[in-house]
Amino acid sequence: MDISTLTIASARAAILERRTSAVALAESFYQKIEAADKQIGAFLTLTRERALAKAAQIDAIADKGDPLPPLAGVPIAIKDVMVMRGVRSTAGSKILSNFVAPYDCTAVARLEAAGAVVLGKTNCDEFAMGSSNENSGYYPVHNPRDLSRVPGGSSGGSAAAVAAGMSVAALGSDTGGSIRQPASFCGVVGLMPTYGRVSRYGLIAFASSLDHIGPLTKTVNDAAILLKHIAGRDPLDSTSAEVPVPDYEREIEKPVRGLRLGVPREYFGEGLDPEVRAAVEAAIQKMAQIGCEVVPISLPHTRYAVPTYYVIATAEASSNLARFDGVRYGYRSPQAGTLSEMYRRSRDQGFGAEAKRRIMLGTYVLSAGYYDAYYLKAQRVRALLTRDFEAAFQRVDAIVTPTSPTPAFKLGEKCDDPLAMYLADIYTVTADLAGVPGVSVPCGESKEGLPIGLQILGRHFDEGTVIRLAHVYERARSG
Amino acid sequence: MSDNRQPITEKDVLYVAELANLELTDEERARMVKDLNSILDYVDRLNELDTSNVEPMAQTSDRYGIDESKAGTARFAYAMREDKTGPSLPREVVMENAPETDGAFFKVPKVIEK
Repeated sequence: MDISTLTIASARAAILERRTSAVALAESFYQKIEAADKQIGAFLTLTRERALAKAAQIDAIADKGDPLPPLAGVPIAIKDVMVMRGVRSTAGSKILSNFVAPYDCTAVARLEAAGAVVLGKTNCDEFAMGSSNENSGYYPVHNPRDLSRVPGGSSGGSAAAVAAGMSVAALGSDTGGSIRQPASFCGVVGLMPTYGRVSRYGLIAFASSLDHIGPLTKTVNDAAILLKHIAGRDPLDSTSAEVPVPDYEREIEKPVRGLRLGVPREYFGEGLDPEVRAAVEAAIQKMAQIGCEVVPISLPHTRYAVPTYYVIATAEASSNLARFDGVRYGYRSPQAGTLSEMYRRSRDQGFGAEAKRRIMLGTYVLSAGYYDAYYLKAQRVRALLTRDFEAAFQRVDAIVTPTSPTPAFKLGEKCDDPLAMYLADIYTVTADLAGVPGVSVPCGESKEGLPIGLQILGRHFDEGTVIRLAHVYERARSG
Repeated sequence: MSDNRQPITEKDVLYVAELANLELTDEERARMVKDLNSILDYVDRLNELDTSNVEPMAQTSDRYGIDESKAGTARFAYAMREDKTGPSLPREVVMENAPETDGAFFKVPKVIEK
């Protein structure tokens, strides 16, 4: 069996039909990881013992002939910002290099309860802050499609693990594009659900009003399957919404004819790579052929999205990261005579450059004298950005754009210019600010063979329409 | 540099670092002055917008996914829970991650400084 092309659907069929066992499947993936991950760097921690125990449990059920759970034996990878009991959970940061979590993240627990086998924890930018994975406190991830290039970020390890066939699927997190942008760079599917759709209990917080958990997969169908299992109200996360969860596997089969697709002109302006533009425009044309109605629209405040995001996200990050003080868990500097020295030196030595930059910016915009000018101002513009979407969704059912202005860039290319790096998120941050769901689905390649992603955004809690469109497009493109 | 903003100085960086409980090396501080100014120049773009009649928006979850048939806090009834104690992590499990502990408490360097 060629495991590199396995999907959730085909892996679970193989186990159901006893063509392989869950243990054998997990072992094959560990062999693949051992062979391939030295060059890629997608994993930070392997959870072999827990994976094989879970797989053995699945095989025992199968041996007895009892009904198997829906994700029985499906190998998945988890971004290292989600905690698992008894497993080192670093969030890509040195400050948590020795942190072994005492409880399970709800999304991970739900997948395991459905029978999934967690292979390991994937590399990411420190505290999910970055667009290239170069901010990992451990080592950068290399794009499996071209090892000299970044996989995107911050869920670059999850995207690379799936793209390289080292995992069938993965969970990532998205605060400003961190699922969709790496999915686009690595040529996989990345889905950010609506804010509130998936519990964040056990997600190490970056910016709480913007953080989302979602799947990275090889197909849209697989994204629908994972979403179905992780979605829904969780009493342990008060921001998880009490909204009924549809059966997304059925949702994607519904017809798309007559759906109205908005194409916002602001997403096709200066800075968009011509090859990305051509691929996305061809994809939109294809969707018109399938029967969607293409409607030119405007999201007039788009040029304010990145600055709004970097004020709000850093403000929330500075507050969330205040908890890392060397007292209760995480790194403590040994060179400290007093408590305040211990706080400062633990944080100084534990955080990397980007985390410090964002803590500083966030502290500044919240500080006396600047709160109104920056933080409140950004919150007001956030309302305007959200109204742009509300107005657009009066007229259209979904919005299609490029996921990222360029294909994957070279490692080191943007390291010295934080602003240039922030602009890699220019088409993704607005959905996080407005809380709407979005997917990135592969829509072509550059001349150099680098993947290009099409982004589809939808109304709040209408992931069904988003993935249905992505699914139909995916099928039309391959077929 | 925009006309209406005082640039961030090394002194500002020192002050903010203190608020954030960071020390920063000389080199990091110099770099921070440059980076923060470059980012804030870009953020100044927000001042092009008149937002005097726009309410600040802290969350999307206070607008979507709520029970719109109800008013006030009843709209968020799903987020409420009974005020009763439930199980929490055992102390010894929590202390396994403590940098320094006597088993019952977290130990820290001396708190009162001269």
